[in-house]
Amino acid sequence: MTTYQEFIQQNEDRDGVRFSWNLWPSSRLEATRLVVPVSCLFTPLKERPNLPPVQYEPVLCSRANCKAVLNPLCQVDFRAKIWACNFCFQRNPFPPSYAGISDVNQPAELMPQFSTIEYIVQRGPAAPLIFLYVVDTCLEEEDLQALKESLQMSLSLLPPNALVGLITFGRMVQVHELSCEGIAKSYVFRGTKDLTAKQIQEMLGLTKPAVTGQQGRPLAPQDAAATCKFLQPVHRVDMNLTDLLGELQRDPWPVPQGKRPLRSTGVALSVAVGLLEGTFPNTGARVMLFIGGPPTQGPGMVVGDELKTPIRSWHDIQKDNARHLKKATKYYEALANRSATNGHSIDIYACALDQTGLLEMKCLSNLTGGHIVMGDSFNTSLFKQTFQRVFSKDYNGDFRMAFGGVLEVKTSRELKVSGAIGPCVSLNSKSPCVSENELGIGGTSQWKVCGLNPSTTLGIYFEVVNQHNAPVPQGGRGAVQFVTQYQHSNTQRRIRVTTIARNLCPSIHSPDESSYYRHHFVRQDLTQSLIMIQPILYSYSFHGPPEPVLLDSSSILPDRILLMDTFFQLVIYHGETIAQWRKAGYQEMAEYENFKQLLQAPLDDAQEILQTRFPMPRYIDTEHGGSQARFLLSKVNPSQTHNNLYAWGQETGAPILTDDVSLQVFMDHLKKLAVSSSA
Amino acid sequence: MNVNQHTPMASPYGQPQPSFGQPGYAPLDGSYPAPYAPYNGPASAYQPGAPPQGPVRGPPTSGPPPVSAPQQYNQYSQSQGSMQNGPPPPTQAPPRPAVSQPYNQGAMNLSGPHPSYPQHYGPPSTMQQVTNQMTGMQITSGPPTAAGPGYAPPHSSQPPVSTGYSAAPQASYTQAPPPVSSAPTQPPPPSGPAAPQQYYSGPPPSSQQPFNSSLPPTSQQQQQFTSSVPPHPPPQQTLPPSSYSGPVPTQSQPPVPPVSQAQQSFPTPQPPFSSAPPPVSQSSFATGPPPSAPGSFPPQGPPPSSQPGSFPPPGPPLTSAPSCQYPGPMPPQQQPPPSQPSPYHSGHHPPRPQMPPTSMAQSNHLPPGPQGPAGPPGPLQQPPSQPGMQTGYPPQQNGAFGQVRGPQPGYSGPYPGQPNYGAPAPAPPAQKRLDPDAIPSPIQVIEDDKAKTTEPFTTGVRGQAPPLVTTNFQVQDQGNASPRFIRCTAYNMPCTADMAKQSQVPLAAVIKPLATLPPDEAPPLVVDHGESGPIRCNRCKAYMCPYMQFIEGGRRFQCGFCSCVTEVPPHYFQHLDHTGKRVDCYDRPELSLGSYEFLATVDYCKNNKLPPPPAFIFLIDVSYNAVKSGMVNIVCQELKTLLDCLPRENPEVESAVRVGFVTYNKVLHFYNVKSSLAQPQMMVVSDVSDMFVPLLDGFLVNVNESRQVIESLLDQIPEMFADTRETETVFGPVIQAGLEALKAADCAGKLFVFHTSLPIAEAPGKLKNREDKKLIGTDKEKSLFQPQVGFYSSLAKECVAQGCCVDLFLFPNQYVDVATLAVVPVSTGGSVYKYTYFQAQSDQERFLNDLRRDVQKLVGFDAVMRVRTSTGIRATDFFGSFYMSNTTDVELAGLDCDKAITVEFKHDDKLSEETGALMQCAVLYTSCSGQRRLRVHNMAVNCCSQLADLYRNCETDTIINYFSKYAFRGVLSNPTKAVRETLVNQCAQILACYRKNCASPSSAGQLILPECMKLLPVYLNCVLKSDVLLPGADVSLDDRAYLRQLISCMDVAESHVFFYPRLLPVMKLESGSLPVAVRDSEERLSKGGVYLLETGLHLFLWVGASVQQELLLNIFGTPSFSQIDSNVTSLPVLDNPISQALRELIYSFRAQRSRYMKLMVVKQEDRAELIFRHFLVEDKSASGGASYVDFLCHMHKEIRQLLS
Repeated sequence: MTTYQEFIQQNEDRDGVRFSWNLWPSSRLEATRLVVPVSCLFTPLKERPNLPPVQYEPVLCSRANCKAVLNPLCQVDFRAKIWACNFCFQRNPFPPSYAGISDVNQPAELMPQFSTIEYIVQRGPAAPLIFLYVVDTCLEEEDLQALKESLQMSLSLLPPNALVGLITFGRMVQVHELSCEGIAKSYVFRGTKDLTAKQIQEMLGLTKPAVTGQQGRPLAPQDAAATCKFLQPVHRVDMNLTDLLGELQRDPWPVPQGKRPLRSTGVALSVAVGLLEGTFPNTGARVMLFIGGPPTQGPGMVVGDELKTPIRSWHDIQKDNARHLKKATKYYEALANRSATNGHSIDIYACALDQTGLLEMKCLSNLTGGHIVMGDSFNTSLFKQTFQRVFSKDYNGDFRMAFGGVLEVKTSRELKVSGAIGPCVSLNSKSPCVSENELGIGGTSQWKVCGLNPSTTLGIYFEVVNQHNAPVPQGGRGAVQFVTQYQHSNTQRRIRVTTIARNLCPSIHSPDESSYYRHHFVRQDLTQSLIMIQPILYSYSFHGPPEPVLLDSSSILPDRILLMDTFFQLVIYHGETIAQWRKAGYQEMAEYENFKQLLQAPLDDAQEILQTRFPMPRYIDTEHGGSQARFLLSKVNPSQTHNNLYAWGQETGAPILTDDVSLQVFMDHLKKLAVSSSA
Repeated sequence: MNVNQHTPMASPYGQPQPSFGQPGYAPLDGSYPAPYAPYNGPASAYQPGAPPQGPVRGPPTSGPPPVSAPQQYNQYSQSQGSMQNGPPPPTQAPPRPAVSQPYNQGAMNLSGPHPSYPQHYGPPSTMQQVTNQMTGMQITSGPPTAAGPGYAPPHSSQPPVSTGYSAAPQASYTQAPPPVSSAPTQPPPPSGPAAPQQYYSGPPPSSQQPFNSSLPPTSQQQQQFTSSVPPHPPPQQTLPPSSYSGPVPTQSQPPVPPVSQAQQSFPTPQPPFSSAPPPVSQSSFATGPPPSAPGSFPPQGPPPSSQPGSFPPPGPPLTSAPSCQYPGPMPPQQQPPPSQPSPYHSGHHPPRPQMPPTSMAQSNHLPPGPQGPAGPPGPLQQPPSQPGMQTGYPPQQNGAFGQVRGPQPGYSGPYPGQPNYGAPAPAPPAQKRLDPDAIPSPIQVIEDDKAKTTEPFTTGVRGQAPPLVTTNFQVQDQGNASPRFIRCTAYNMPCTADMAKQSQVPLAAVIKPLATLPPDEAPPLVVDHGESGPIRCNRCKAYMCPYMQFIEGGRRFQCGFCSCVTEVPPHYFQHLDHTGKRVDCYDRPELSLGSYEFLATVDYCKNNKLPPPPAFIFLIDVSYNAVKSGMVNIVCQELKTLLDCLPRENPEVESAVRVGFVTYNKVLHFYNVKSSLAQPQMMVVSDVSDMFVPLLDGFLVNVNESRQVIESLLDQIPEMFADTRETETVFGPVIQAGLEALKAADCAGKLFVFHTSLPIAEAPGKLKNREDKKLIGTDKEKSLFQPQVGFYSSLAKECVAQGCCVDLFLFPNQYVDVATLAVVPVSTGGSVYKYTYFQAQSDQERFLNDLRRDVQKLVGFDAVMRVRTSTGIRATDFFGSFYMSNTTDVELAGLDCDKAITVEFKHDDKLSEETGALMQCAVLYTSCSGQRRLRVHNMAVNCCSQLADLYRNCETDTIINYFSKYAFRGVLSNPTKAVRETLVNQCAQILACYRKNCASPSSAGQLILPECMKLLPVYLNCVLKSDVLLPGADVSLDDRAYLRQLISCMDVAESHVFFYPRLLPVMKLESGSLPVAVRDSEERLSKGGVYLLETGLHLFLWVGASVQQELLLNIFGTPSFSQIDSNVTSLPVLDNPISQALRELIYSFRAQRSRYMKLMVVKQEDRAELIFRHFLVEDKSASGGASYVDFLCHMHKEIRQLLS
């Protein structure tokens, strides 16, 4: 028997599930005493190289309000060819195709090692992947050029049959037609006017009547999609689109002095959402928004175009002085919900030195499972590589992304689902296993997760409903089944089913930054989330191999190199002495080869992290006294400050100029509180 | 008038007679001939006289009349016809002798009335018309004499006398032959001339003195010339007048004599003649009666040509006839008839004789002369050939059409005075129909005017009426605007509102501020008054002009408009000479010319910023119909070359105008054609409910810089939409788009919209099909002319504010609601072109020519026009394509060289005869190169306290222009029937007022028309019959709306030919000379003839069923009538003189008009002939419009009702 730790690890590796409690309380009362709720982190598309999907469809419980999937926990009568649902105890006959079933000839889904299994659904047409680029043209020339290049490059990364579309915006919003030759056509929308989806579709000529026309040549609905001028297979418009992107100009409307460029982000998104809604509802699609500044006009405006009016700060928000905040947030939320409903996810790539309005727009990605990437410029490797990584592929050569996921949670009678937290929206599915007590997005047993990747993780919260006076008998087990339907990046529709049983859990930034961090926090697995909460600090020195050290100011020593990973940032910090040596160029001298190696070690480690992390962290290489050292100094525990004299000037570390208290002080105080009688 | 005239007439008569008429009369039998001879003589003499001048002149001038005659002849009497048709000179000569009479008569009849008057008054014509009239008489007589020679042959006996006269007249007319003529004139005229001269001297005092004094010789000469020129016309005109006026008086007086003469030849006919006749009478008298009259007459008579025809059938009634007809019912008329004939004849003779005498007398008796005014001037003018010139005057008197009851009885009486004027309506008896030849003929008037116009028209003399728009003449700006810029309804305005009200003559000016001038006339000079801008009156802000009087040594000037005194800025100071004129007067256009331009300063610009150059935006409908009809392809192809022809002021420099392109169906496609692009980019805007321009940079471009991209675009547009299935279109957003684009570029400009269908797509300005024929004729009909929605009116307002002019090219296959779609073009100074059922093959040429012209023509933008006037009158109403946000400023987003604005004036105080009435039209605009300028036109007219002066100085063509615009606007708010009635009433009042106050007393049954307005009835009838006011069943609502707006910005020349189309016989064309037109009546068409008819919009070639093979071969290249393809729109290029001349003629017609006329070949008795007949405006129309004759009778009745 493995250790408990190993058990947990195995479970997580196999099923992508990690519970806060691996023994569940047997009654509601006990559960409440636990303080920490019964919950799990679930990674629906946990990468499983050893799990080939089966080519048939799942067998479902025939009870209308159950529909649980046949799983290894079910009791099976091979002779009668009947199985009993382990959730509702309904006895179901096997379908005819299971006629040959027997003790020795069991389908995969009954085998214990297939507590997680993936089915390929053959029904329906294969829907191509859709990528709709929504590009801000109010950029500096250099930024725009870099962005254009990234976009052009991305075309080569897309599967040839993927549909691609382009919307550009500045003062106006342009939807580019991609099928045309000769003249480049685009449909233009005024950036200040909110349009309904219907209007947008009409204006784009997407409405059925228009297409069907009086010409007596009615088009099948699918044709409408096929003939959509704005979304075309990459292989067909590759050249066109490359040229189009190449000719993309900065927004030509003059920007008077003292003004911000007019940026119609709101309408652009509205058009993008409307376009997809009208052409490919319920088909996996990715809207990729690239912005270089905040929306300055029209619906969704975050700040006016007067430069003298700065964009809202935390201060403004606290004072309720951010006049566009609520309206804009509401606007984007509405868009996000529409998009999510249709299974389309929205990425935001925001590269600007100032804020870009992520606070208002965050829900676009949060609700649709899209990415948010924040950087200073499109002309940075942070953006370029992160963007490239969006299109990274797995061992099968498929994109590490999936679309239009629907996650359903079924529980055995002892449990009910309180809610979920993660990049999802409720589908308002009222099944018997839905708890009345909501936690996160509750009131449903189904969630839409429009954009998924192998690391996408949701927190699922449960409620134990057994009454104290009718506890589960000893040895009783509760079961949970996660059914995730999604569109695989190879266009297949798939269903992944995970069934588990337990005998009867889980700093100052700009509003945008906070939104950004939270966005990622809610969708990462435990390890990554923990890194976000408490960065890891490694120390490199001549004294031995790299070692993790306390995230404390005392760890900042002159002869050390530090590597800090905060998930969003990777900071390499060269101590004062090291920095002097480096400046003196010792590493270039043969006799100081060891110093060179020392310098190289953290770089290699950082590189490893950079290659796997999404979004790519901000990579900072700094040294003692460097301006970028603040990234490190702001994270460490200020055990030595200008206030505590005993450490000042000693070789024990670097003092931090802060009024914050150190962990030591905090802990002392905590202890005092914990033992004080007043508690 | 009458009274006066009578008396004077009488007396003068007597006097004159002695000198002129009497002798003639005396001869009456014997002596008459003489007088006639003289008269006739003049007529003939003129022609002959021509010889001296040079055959050319003679012929041409006279030519016209003859031609007409010839035509008639041709049509009716072949022999003469051919003769005459032939070379004018020879023809004339030969024919005349023999046929001359008929001719003359014909002419007489037509112009007849004129002649008589003209003669009487005519002579004085030119400036001093009034006096002229008087003199005219004499002159007439004079001319006659001149003619005498020509006719002389006939009147062997009289010749001598006539010769004397003739000599005089000739001289006067001849000017050409100045030396000779002058010499002769003076000598011969002794009596007459002398008088005239005296008059001249005398007259000066009256009004024309200045002229005389200043240019005594010249003026005289001119006058003479004019007169001389006139002579020809005079004969006609005079004749007509005489015939008209003559008729009445004639009848009375002339009756006997004429009768005798004329009667002899044409018993009955003559009357008509006589009425028309004066001229005729003259000629007729001269030649007709005496010589071969009989022989010739018969033929003529039958020919019905104008004269003959009329004579024989309706006979004498002629003028009278009409009246007769009307009167017909009336007993009196009948009575007259019997005797009329004789009266006529006699009348004629007498009248003329009288006329002359009268005039003479008048001249002599200046004061007494009823026509006092005429009288005085007359004298002066008399000597010259004014008679002819003054046709105008005579007409007034002559105008009388009424039967001449009086005449007969008054025979003797007539003699005394009126005979001249009143044309007896003798024909009462058998005549059920008025003889068309006896009623005033437009052709005659036109030809007379041409004939009398031999000298450049100088604008220096105040109140001088210019030649008719149908006459070719050169203009010399001597202080008033050229008639090409401004034409007035009256060149002698009543001093008081009461008079104006009494006369009902509209006081209006038709202003064409940017009119194109012929190459031999210099365009307005540009004046730069420096940084402080043009010098203006401090109070009324009138611009510096010749009417500003410098005082105090030149340190101040007094405004001619408001009398306010303004300091002269130091930089503009100049000393005065001893006459009070600035020394630099002739160095400065603004002090010596009628028209010039100022450079405007930034104060005259929007936002105090000099404007950028304007832009042209082409907006092309690419819906299914547009593509299918070939329009899209044609436009795109054409634009490729047309873009090199954008307007520019300096041909050396490339045009500053930028261009942009938009296509649309129910959405709009903008194109980025920035020069740096490899391919154009299309930007679709579907949000038509809230139009905006999707791009800034690259939309409006310089043609040369973006040529490749533009060409690529124009190549691709037809392809892109070749398979379109979109049938719905929008319209409002299209204009909004252009407007927004101009706004974004902060410039003015012009939109060229090519549109096919009713805009039913969901968008602002969406329209419904509301064509409802049931409403026609009801009180709700007016709603069909009103825009369907208010959207376009407010859009137009926005366009005007931006200086966005819209030209609309329509290609409808069905109702498109022109009334609504045209709102913006009309309010922005734009144009509407309509190509119904457009087909590339047959309509391409017309469309492309229109487009080319429209794109290339000179145009100003963002214009404001202001008309300032002397204290006493005020511009109160404006008609045309523009927008007005207040009551004084005419705002024109665009103003091109073809647009005219009719301005109506009303009194708000008294005017003074001394200072006359001044008007200054200032147009501030942005030129096509982006320069801000002020174009100033100044005009001074006389003022009168006698109604007669008003009637003597009117211009009917301009009045019709005003009336038509007034009426066509009226249909917006009144039932068309009411509008028609209003027109008839006003016209009747005008004529009744004349009859009551200016004409010599005569029988109520007589129709007396002022010479200047004798065509008013026929033209007015054309207006009443127009499709707008009286639509036929096949006329669509769109057509009517289209015509309605078209008229609103027409100038006088266009409106004239539009209402009275030009109909030319082209059987015997000669390169370089124009055949004389025939009247727009089917009976003028010969089965063996080929005729060209133009209206300014349409061009028909009518082919008679029995045209000679040779002619067909020459024209169509086929000998067979049946093989003529009536679908061709151009004639085959054949190498023979006829074909060549005909094609040249068609070319020249087209060149004259602002819109290209598609040629339609109409074969006689073909179905298409129905369309053609619609333009024979003297006939009854299919839609119920009255024939000229009927209408004249009706008008007569109306007048009589007013008088009774």
